[in-house]
Amino acid sequence: MKQYKSSLRVGERPWTKWLLIGTALTLTLLILVIPLVLIFAQALSGGVGTAWENLTDEYTLHAIGLTLFVAALTVPINLVFGVFLAWLVTRFEFPGRKALITLIDIPFAVSPVVAGLLYLLLYGSNGWLGSWLADHDVQLMFAWPGIVMVTVFVTCPFVARELIPLMQQQGSEEEEAGVILGASGWQLFRRVTLPNIQWALIYGVVLTNARAVGEFGAVSVVAGNIRGQTNTLPLHVELLYQDYNVVGAFVSASLLAGIALLTLLIKGIVEWRQSSQRSPEINPSEVR
Amino acid sequence: MSITVERINKYFGSFQALRDISLEIPDGKLIGLLGPSGSGKTTLLRVIAGLENAESGRVLFHGQDVTPLHVRERRVGFVFQHYALFRHMTVAQNIAFGLEVMPRKDRPNAAEIRKRVGELLEMVQLSHLADRFPAQLSGGQKQRIALARALAMKPQILLLDEPFGALDAKVRKDLRRWLRALHDELHFTSVFVTHDQEEALELSDQVVVMSAGKIEQVDDPRSLYAQPESRFVFDFLGHVNVFEGALQGQRLAQGEGWVELPEQATGDTVQLYLRPHEVRLQDEPASHAHLPLRIESISLIGAEVRLELAPCGWQSEEPWEVGISHAEFNRWQPQRGDRCYAVPDVGHLFNREGQPPHTLSWVGR
Repeated sequence: MKQYKSSLRVGERPWTKWLLIGTALTLTLLILVIPLVLIFAQALSGGVGTAWENLTDEYTLHAIGLTLFVAALTVPINLVFGVFLAWLVTRFEFPGRKALITLIDIPFAVSPVVAGLLYLLLYGSNGWLGSWLADHDVQLMFAWPGIVMVTVFVTCPFVARELIPLMQQQGSEEEEAGVILGASGWQLFRRVTLPNIQWALIYGVVLTNARAVGEFGAVSVVAGNIRGQTNTLPLHVELLYQDYNVVGAFVSASLLAGIALLTLLIKGIVEWRQSSQRSPEINPSEVR
Repeated sequence: MSITVERINKYFGSFQALRDISLEIPDGKLIGLLGPSGSGKTTLLRVIAGLENAESGRVLFHGQDVTPLHVRERRVGFVFQHYALFRHMTVAQNIAFGLEVMPRKDRPNAAEIRKRVGELLEMVQLSHLADRFPAQLSGGQKQRIALARALAMKPQILLLDEPFGALDAKVRKDLRRWLRALHDELHFTSVFVTHDQEEALELSDQVVVMSAGKIEQVDDPRSLYAQPESRFVFDFLGHVNVFEGALQGQRLAQGEGWVELPEQATGDTVQLYLRPHEVRLQDEPASHAHLPLRIESISLIGAEVRLELAPCGWQSEEPWEVGISHAEFNRWQPQRGDRCYAVPDVGHLFNREGQPPHTLSWVGR
């Protein structure tokens, strides 16, 4: 019998394949893995004791607290805002709907520093709204409300962006069926809409949280870097580094990196849940 | 519960989906809304349910104006074309939904809900699937669950939007028969939307034929087929052969084709509509008609042999179709390309715009 060489698919010549895989792996190593490992290595370079001292430093603890506080305010705000927005653009037809979908992406398109400057211009003590607010003894900029405001701005697309395609694809038939069966608005949301979007929602929240914790550019403009007052964790990293406290900077940085890794883990789990949602496992039912 | 629709107008942007629709649906009847896609039949159904608001007009249930009532308060059963089952709930939870969202004071207790769900599952013969999720069911099963869910609230009006549209032919036929039986047993008023003429004629007590947002004709299936009131209904329900010509006295002529009408008629350009069973084919022209045709194709499958014919020496927008019995086919043995003559026995003359046709008969002459 005549022997035929097994035919190759397009792009499957062995050396092409391995060259591409090798390049990808090298780049990943250089760009992602080594820097990530170095962060933790640097943080622990002075020993665990020094790292602990830096971690429990008064200003570091304050920065951690402020960062968590900002995230704790930002995430719920954008959760509600994102669900509301996604509901609006996927369930209703109105003039300007398409424009609104595009506008949602502005925070992604604009550099965070520009966003920070805009808020400063608007709400700063010399700003249009800020001077009026100052007359009434309200200070937004260079204080935590300003940090929350810009963080909300920068992270507002995440939840909506996750929900809109899903809700478009699912359509509103199930909701219509729910209303016809007599469900009130809240019952409809809790029993029909929410279970259908829950994984996309969690995904959006995780991304929002990651960005809220890590935001630097916009926050640095409006925070004013007052140590122990308006210093968030990313700003604190920069401050420590400028003070030549390399270990301190890397200890704080490793906290941020840790949050990033945790985000990736949750993201992975949620994605896995989303893909397995199509063939849901049998749950014990409430009604038999 | 009877349904009355009064002068409904509905726009989507500048597109008018429903034009001044009025309709009376008597209590306990099964009504089919039939029309091509875009004719407004689904929109009308959704207006009746309250899922769409009409710009003007009223909807009444049992003589009571329900136009201002929210969908939630109209208490109709609705079955969607794509089932719209809640994907994250089991079959039993889906059926129980309507009962569980009732205000606390009206809501039956858990045991009663369980019992009712059990009964409904038995009714749709799917008790063994109570704990499955919609994704694990076939199309026919999903549609039956959707029906059970809609009936859980014991509605007096059941609305169905293309209920069998997404199912294969066999399941469709079964479900059709089953729906008819269910309707006869439970005595609700049902309205269903379909684009399938056969389905509408087989299932309905009355058929509402719609086109371009208007009602063309409302009639029982038999009259609808026998006496269509407009060209549209003629075309839409089964095949029709058209001979269009100019009237000279009693003779309707076009090219080499002509038909001698049995009685005096008026009009310049008139059309003669002939159902396939109202035409005979012969080797020789008859004394009252000269319509030469060439046999284009022969279809042997079915109770009749169906011949597709092209006009010779005159024009027709669509090819003609005539059915002959297998016995006649065997006697005559026509071949593709053979020439023959059409002889009308009964015909329907459209000679005035917007008017129903005038039925002519040559039989007994």
